[in-house]
Amino acid sequence: MKFRNFVKTEAIKVGLVSTEKEAVVRELIENLVATGQLQEAEKENIIQAIMKREELGSTGIGRGIAVPHTKHASVSEPTGTVGVSHTGVEFQSLDGEKVHLFFLLISPPDRPGDHLRALENISKQLQDDMFCRFLKQSKTAEDIQQVLEEADNA
Amino acid sequence: MSENKHSVTVTVCNPQGLHMRPAYLFAEAAAKFSSQIELVKDDLRIDGKSVLSILTLGATQGTQMALEATGPDAVDAVKVLAELVASGFPRESDG
Repeated sequence: MKFRNFVKTEAIKVGLVSTEKEAVVRELIENLVATGQLQEAEKENIIQAIMKREELGSTGIGRGIAVPHTKHASVSEPTGTVGVSHTGVEFQSLDGEKVHLFFLLISPPDRPGDHLRALENISKQLQDDMFCRFLKQSKTAEDIQQVLEEADNA
Repeated sequence: MSENKHSVTVTVCNPQGLHMRPAYLFAEAAAKFSSQIELVKDDLRIDGKSVLSILTLGATQGTQMALEATGPDAVDAVKVLAELVASGFPRESDG
């Protein structure tokens, strides 16, 4: 599954202001709500579902990257966004480092295959150091969009 | 002395496939062994101690993979990790 199939480009955010876990999850979700990708009425419930998933083990996978996610019945297709923090966020990552790059993903519960294919694409690209570096250094949402497009077309 | 290498075929049996939580549980269990642990699916050969690498397999329910361990505790590693996959990751919960 390509980025274009689940990353909502209008909700990409560079320069996240939050410095703590729940706050940054909230900031990313609110951006998806503000751009009409998620329903306002479901917002708190989705945030809580993501935080509950984090309690099982941080999705901060190291190297300054986190992939907070949940399955939620209010979405009909994998819905994701990308966020970049220049200051870094405390995320209890596996390597203890602050997180600068977020891929947030919400998937419909009845489509585990789609969820896996989105994670597969994210993880494949994140193994490319150049890809990660470009994203972390991005100054605008358009920069991110361009890097994702290049990855999709490679 | 030749390297101590063991291998077995495993099948992903949990309905959600190898999503992030099972990938983490597998990598965590694999890291306890000093042997090199690899998963092989078709032409993909990945490091079984890396969550990110495991996720690149995109392994859905029913996917068959070779589980290979190379090193001094290869026999135990293959046994424990194959059992973990076969158990369907009871600790996976959601996510």
